[in-house]
Amino acid sequence: MKTTYLLIPLAPLAGAIIAGLFGRLIGRAGSHVVTILGVAIAFALSVVVYQDVNAGNVFNGTVYTWLQSGGLTLQIGFLIDPLTAMMMLVVTFVSLMVHIYTIGYMVDDPGYQRFFSYISLFTFSMLMLVMSNNFVQLFFGWEAVGLVSYLLIGFWYTRPTAIYANLKAFLVNRVGDFGFLLGIGLIAAYAGTLDYAEVFAKREALAAITESVTGWPLITAICIGLFIGAMGKSAQVPLHVWLPDSMEGPTPISALIHAATMVTAGIFMVARMSPLFELSDTALTFVLVIGSITALFMGFLGIIQNDIKRVVAYSTLSQLGYMTVALGVSAYSVAVFHLMTHAFFKALLFLGAGSVIIGCHHNQDIRYMGGLRKYMPITWITSLLGSLALIGFPLFSGFYSKDSIIEAVHASNLAGSGFAYFAVVAGVFVTAFYSFRMYFLVFHGKERYDQVPHDEHHDSHSDDHHGDGKPHESPWVVTLPLVLLAIPSVLIGFITIQPMLFGDWFGTSIFVDAAKHPAMSHMAESFHGPMAMALHGITSLPFILAVSGVAVAWFFYLKRPDIPAAIQKMAMPIFTLLENKYYFDKFNEVFFAAGSRMLGRGLWKGGDQLLIDGAMVNGSARAIGWISAVVRLFQTGHIYQYAFSMIIGVFALLTFWFNRG
Amino acid sequence: MLNNFVLPDTLPAASEMIVCSMALLIILVDLFVSRSQRWMVSLLTILTLLGAALMTLVTADGQTTLSFGNMFVDDLLADFLKFLTYFAVIMMLIYSRSYLAERGLDKAEFYVLVLFATLGMMVMISAANFVTVYLGLELLSLSMYALVAIDRDSVRSTEAGMKYFVLGSMASGLLLYGLSMLYGATGTLEIGGVAQAVNQSEAPANLLVFGLVFTVAGIAFKLGVVPFHMWIPDVYHGAPTAVTMFLGSAPKLAAFAITMRLLVYGLFGLAMEWQQMLLIMALLSIGLGNLAAIAQTNIKRMLAYSAISHMGFMLLGLTAGVVGGQVDPFTAVNAYSSALYYVVAYVLMTLGTFAMIMLLSRSGHEAELLEDFKGLNKRSPWFAGMMLIMMFSMAGIPFFIGFFAKFSVLLATIKAGYTWVAVVAVIFSLIGAFYYLRVVKLMYFDAPVDTGPLRSDIDMRILLSINGLAVAFLGMFPDTVMSLSTTALVRSL
Repeated sequence: MKTTYLLIPLAPLAGAIIAGLFGRLIGRAGSHVVTILGVAIAFALSVVVYQDVNAGNVFNGTVYTWLQSGGLTLQIGFLIDPLTAMMMLVVTFVSLMVHIYTIGYMVDDPGYQRFFSYISLFTFSMLMLVMSNNFVQLFFGWEAVGLVSYLLIGFWYTRPTAIYANLKAFLVNRVGDFGFLLGIGLIAAYAGTLDYAEVFAKREALAAITESVTGWPLITAICIGLFIGAMGKSAQVPLHVWLPDSMEGPTPISALIHAATMVTAGIFMVARMSPLFELSDTALTFVLVIGSITALFMGFLGIIQNDIKRVVAYSTLSQLGYMTVALGVSAYSVAVFHLMTHAFFKALLFLGAGSVIIGCHHNQDIRYMGGLRKYMPITWITSLLGSLALIGFPLFSGFYSKDSIIEAVHASNLAGSGFAYFAVVAGVFVTAFYSFRMYFLVFHGKERYDQVPHDEHHDSHSDDHHGDGKPHESPWVVTLPLVLLAIPSVLIGFITIQPMLFGDWFGTSIFVDAAKHPAMSHMAESFHGPMAMALHGITSLPFILAVSGVAVAWFFYLKRPDIPAAIQKMAMPIFTLLENKYYFDKFNEVFFAAGSRMLGRGLWKGGDQLLIDGAMVNGSARAIGWISAVVRLFQTGHIYQYAFSMIIGVFALLTFWFNRG
Repeated sequence: MLNNFVLPDTLPAASEMIVCSMALLIILVDLFVSRSQRWMVSLLTILTLLGAALMTLVTADGQTTLSFGNMFVDDLLADFLKFLTYFAVIMMLIYSRSYLAERGLDKAEFYVLVLFATLGMMVMISAANFVTVYLGLELLSLSMYALVAIDRDSVRSTEAGMKYFVLGSMASGLLLYGLSMLYGATGTLEIGGVAQAVNQSEAPANLLVFGLVFTVAGIAFKLGVVPFHMWIPDVYHGAPTAVTMFLGSAPKLAAFAITMRLLVYGLFGLAMEWQQMLLIMALLSIGLGNLAAIAQTNIKRMLAYSAISHMGFMLLGLTAGVVGGQVDPFTAVNAYSSALYYVVAYVLMTLGTFAMIMLLSRSGHEAELLEDFKGLNKRSPWFAGMMLIMMFSMAGIPFFIGFFAKFSVLLATIKAGYTWVAVVAVIFSLIGAFYYLRVVKLMYFDAPVDTGPLRSDIDMRILLSINGLAVAFLGMFPDTVMSLSTTALVRSL
């Protein structure tokens, strides 16, 4: 089995290397064949591993010892348990879909081979991250996916906005990584090991320690540090600013990296660390509050976006907030459950958006779409299914996961859960509203595709498909993944909610202290099967909110398109606030960016040029040059002076040694 | 009484006899060869040294043998040092052959004087008695005085010879005076006997220290450390480059030998005293040598100051043997072998560097200014690379031999508790890196003044390449030389 485990990350890596280094040699077709093959192998083997894990086999072991320093051993190792197996399936499946989809989406791009190489490399990194059994490898995967994300956001590296966006993503993630590293460092310092199992074995001991510098309970410091890492990677307020901008990258990677997999790495990591988080109510409250703020307020921003990809991006932020809320109330399995359903329907929505973008000749502005259902039937149907899943319509996968989150928050007694409950319930309405606003604007109503102003920003390089200007359905390589993703988007929740949330499918991989955090057990009492849950859902508040959200969207954007404009005029200040995304970017630019530039310039001019260069380096060089010139004068060339210096030398030695006592 | 006379065991001194008789033979041979057959003299000299090397190798048995009425000792340290001496001299002869020929200096006198100087060094290395030490030292010095002034039509050469002679005689006087004091204090001239007397505290302490100061001064002159260093820049500068090369290489080995014999063996009981003296002189040398070298425009003078600082470093190794009056054999051997390693490394680097100077010079042009190295990379990338290795090694940049030499000496210093000394030494060698790197900068980044191709014999080119590669690779694999040094010291002390 160990070979299988090894093969799963290595197959995409091999594909990435071949396509990356020899892409020119094997050509475009060669590149996509080799990378798709790699990912397909990884997916197939993941299925095998999943079945093996289902049979009750859990693996935790080292495959390679990297280095040993003092008492610390750094190893490459795998921990294959139900949580990992599920993540592996999701990652490889979505990645495979995206690989296939890319053939159609990137067909005209000169960086075709490079793109395939990157996404395969991403798959490798993400698999290393989820399969890790220790913090070092976790950190490696964490940084590697960050690197690939950076490379792909800036994929069209000649566009200044892309470069700005990838730099921003990189820098914001550094802030998160700083916290993450602090957390890992504290673990290494106090537990003396970086192996998950060994750290978890010492959790009770760690909980009793108080961190000496800050005076905080150690476990809280560790958990908050780790969670700050998760905030960066999973784009939680206030480290969320990079995710909307990351839409500068090509759409396939928005689906794969910035919706389905990489951004959920933070959620996965916290779920993986559940034995630690369970020990600190402070950290959990922190997680809960951050998550609920993200869930509600990022949803609001989705309402006013006109770029199709940005609407989906803000919806991703909001859904990540939901997952974080679930983590906060110790419903880790619910968070992971939502992670999984979200991965499918959000990848579907993103790829659907990509398909729309192709169909509209790389126009991304939903104000200039409308009525596309005639032209793009497959995209229309699948997008509708995805949107229904997203708003949590009963029987769809999103319903089960989102309703479970709301239930879990309701059942929680943690400080801050009242606010969180309000946020997630209100979020349902907001989600329904913006999702269907987009859906109606794109697929229904008047056809506005011929009104595109020509300077609208494009998703890609110049486009030579203009033809008759009418939208058209995308090729089969694009629609096939849509269909394949639509299936789990609809069904997966119904099928898996029972074992994942209320069975013992996760076994020991997720730990909940049921006595302290009883939300999950409360939910289990009132759960009577998925069908009953759906029936009960129809009468519940979230359903009413969702339906009214859809209705309001229909009324505003199809029935009476003049209303939104009127409201916008009436509530100008709020609109401006939303337009400026709560001024997070402004604040960062003025305070952090300008501030650190000022600090940098101060250190450069004052510290480096004046003090180090001027006084220390050049100053000492000048001083030595001067001393050297003086010393040189002693060498007069006169023999009597030489002899004299010898005599003085002997005399000095004699005097010293005889006066010493 | 004639029947009490026992013929001494001459086998330990067989190599000395070979060198001595061959030197005399070469004087005779010279009478019968014409000017065009001069190469025979050079060849004969090299063969002599090879023969001596063979003899040393054959008779090296790792045993300590005293002979000639306990005046002469043959041990592993002596064999090791003599062996290195032969090869240093042979390399010098090969490097300087065309240099001498172009200047008409390849007279038999040169070779005979070199052989006598070598003999002097060999006697110093094997000295077991104050008289032998002095005998060897004078034989070396007198030959050297003549060699420095061998270009007798050159004012600079003769001036240098004169300076060296006067100051050297004074230093001999100091040493002789010191040795006589020690004799007075201990009643014996045998180094072993002196060691015994000092250890048993039979000798009056004041008189011993008095003698010690003068002895140390004499040795310090030979090594050329501050404040007995004044002759070095002038003599290095004034002497023909071939002679400077000779002066700067092999005699350092002999000087190390008499330091070991007199101080480490004979006056080990006073180690705490002389370690202090050497420490002061070492620090002064490292400081002054590195600072003054920066101001030089003449590369021979620059190397003279660099030699002063290198000898200071070597002394650091010798000061780390006895810690706080406690003798720990392991620490002591470590410290002394680091010093020995340093000398070996230094000799190798010096030979290569001076060979580079001779490679660049030709008839009527000395190539002894830093300027002459400008743009060498354009003229000959290979030899610019060789010079780069030499300079990096002298500056102590990893992983050349000079780095490891400095490293082991500093390690010994730190183990002896003189961390601050090591820090000071490192700071000064950092300052010193400037003038070595300046040479590299001149070679690689400046336009050449002289664009002509390099002309030299193939044997010199090959030897220089081997020399440069040895400096590079022995630094990466320092174990061989280091373990030889350690073994030689362990078996001889």
